[in-house]
Amino acid sequence: MFSSAFELLITGDPGLYRIIGLSLYVSLTATLIAALVGLPLGALLALKEFPGRGAVIVIVNALMGMPPVVVGLAVFLLLSRSGPLGSFGILFTPRAMIIAQAILITPIIAALARQTIADLWVQYRDELAGMNIGTAGSVATLLWDGRFSLLTALLAGFGRASAEVGAVIIVGGNIDGFTRTMTTAIALETSKGDLPLAIGLGAVLLIIVIAINAIAWTVRRTGERLAGAA
Amino acid sequence: MFKLKSAIVMGFAALALAAAQNVAAQDKSIVVASTTSTVDSGLFSHLLPLFKAKTGIEVRVISQGTGQALDTGRRGDADVVFVHAKSQEEKFVADGFGVKRSPVMYNDFVLVGPKGDPAKINGTKDIAAALAKIKSAGATFISRGDKSGTHSAELNLWKIAGIDIAADKGQWYRDIGQGMGAALNAASASNAYVLTDRGTWLSFKNRGELVISVEGDKRLFNQYGVMLVNPTKHPHVKKDLAQSFIDWLVSTEGQKAISGYKINGEQLFFPNATVPGA
Repeated sequence: MFSSAFELLITGDPGLYRIIGLSLYVSLTATLIAALVGLPLGALLALKEFPGRGAVIVIVNALMGMPPVVVGLAVFLLLSRSGPLGSFGILFTPRAMIIAQAILITPIIAALARQTIADLWVQYRDELAGMNIGTAGSVATLLWDGRFSLLTALLAGFGRASAEVGAVIIVGGNIDGFTRTMTTAIALETSKGDLPLAIGLGAVLLIIVIAINAIAWTVRRTGERLAGAA
Repeated sequence: MFKLKSAIVMGFAALALAAAQNVAAQDKSIVVASTTSTVDSGLFSHLLPLFKAKTGIEVRVISQGTGQALDTGRRGDADVVFVHAKSQEEKFVADGFGVKRSPVMYNDFVLVGPKGDPAKINGTKDIAAALAKIKSAGATFISRGDKSGTHSAELNLWKIAGIDIAADKGQWYRDIGQGMGAALNAASASNAYVLTDRGTWLSFKNRGELVISVEGDKRLFNQYGVMLVNPTKHPHVKKDLAQSFIDWLVSTEGQKAISGYKINGEQLFFPNATVPGA
């Protein structure tokens, strides 16, 4: 049943490899951007006391459940030529897809990072206060010391990004050879009634996600061992 | 440890760069908002390489229902709109969103349904009578329900059959609000009748028990037209590149390319750019 998709994979079909490449490029870049915003934000929420902090935490946690199609629609309206950012002309390009996915997963990374850092903060609080390195220094130290645990937050974000179809199909347009990803290709093949190819592509996507998680797991294990030895 | 970190960062950067090179540097391109029928049937996969070989222009096609495709054009998010609902297209031009409508080609709609044929209409030619029988038999009917060209054609046929579908629809009439492929999948899964364009039907693979029930009625005619999105309204429209695509579609060469697209020896679309009033 899966044979058609795997045949394409094994015979090195350039169309399929381009789709896989674009999926990885979009979701990894979105994860990188979301990490740059989400990790410091999560750390700040963990250790800074300010009025309304509880409300912000509730909102960030709630945004983890944001439906991709809603994010897609919002980004679509922003980037449309008739929208406020229309002059950039990036609707229906990979850039628009990266923006949508980054917005989608920033709350996930921030919320999970906040939890991880909050746990670390309990252990480090007195030590860091004694070092007198300020909030920025504390955030940097906690992020660095928690880096292996934070990998899980990044993987959760990446997993959500690579699995979603609702946002990328709206802002990317599923253009053949330009904005078609694994998930939009699966949606298209389903609508063409080619269910074996669609489910085969789904299996290929699953294998890629497993491979990335395996790499992350290895990095984490190796890193922890090296860090322990140092 | 720092080596590990920089390795990860460099890995990310290399990946981003490699992929960016893949997708960048294609500025000679236009965006065409078209319908699911032209994409799902494979017509564009046949036409676009021919056009690109001749002109070097990359055509990026977004497949939507006719209603949504026209809206994409109205917002200025496409350079060309290529759809199939003549009255809506004429309104699009009259409202100043499109420059001029050119007829390109036609195919026809067919009514497909289960082999078992609960409404006893298989092989008949009168689409209005067939729809009336589906209703009186209470046989399951799938409607696109998405303001697409096929959906408006379906609503029009109910009207011709003398049935006020908005008021008369019962449990048997299922409005799914999705594209042609999804509607065919739903019909195949629930052994229902559904109106489809012939192109999507011919290329559709998950037919199950479905067969053509009614075809050949003149009222099942399906005309496609193409329009340039008005550059005075949306100055960023790539007027020259887009116009050269439209010109090619209606040229002898483009029309020949359209008639040359076949699945299992069967022609899917019939060029008629030169027929007055099409």
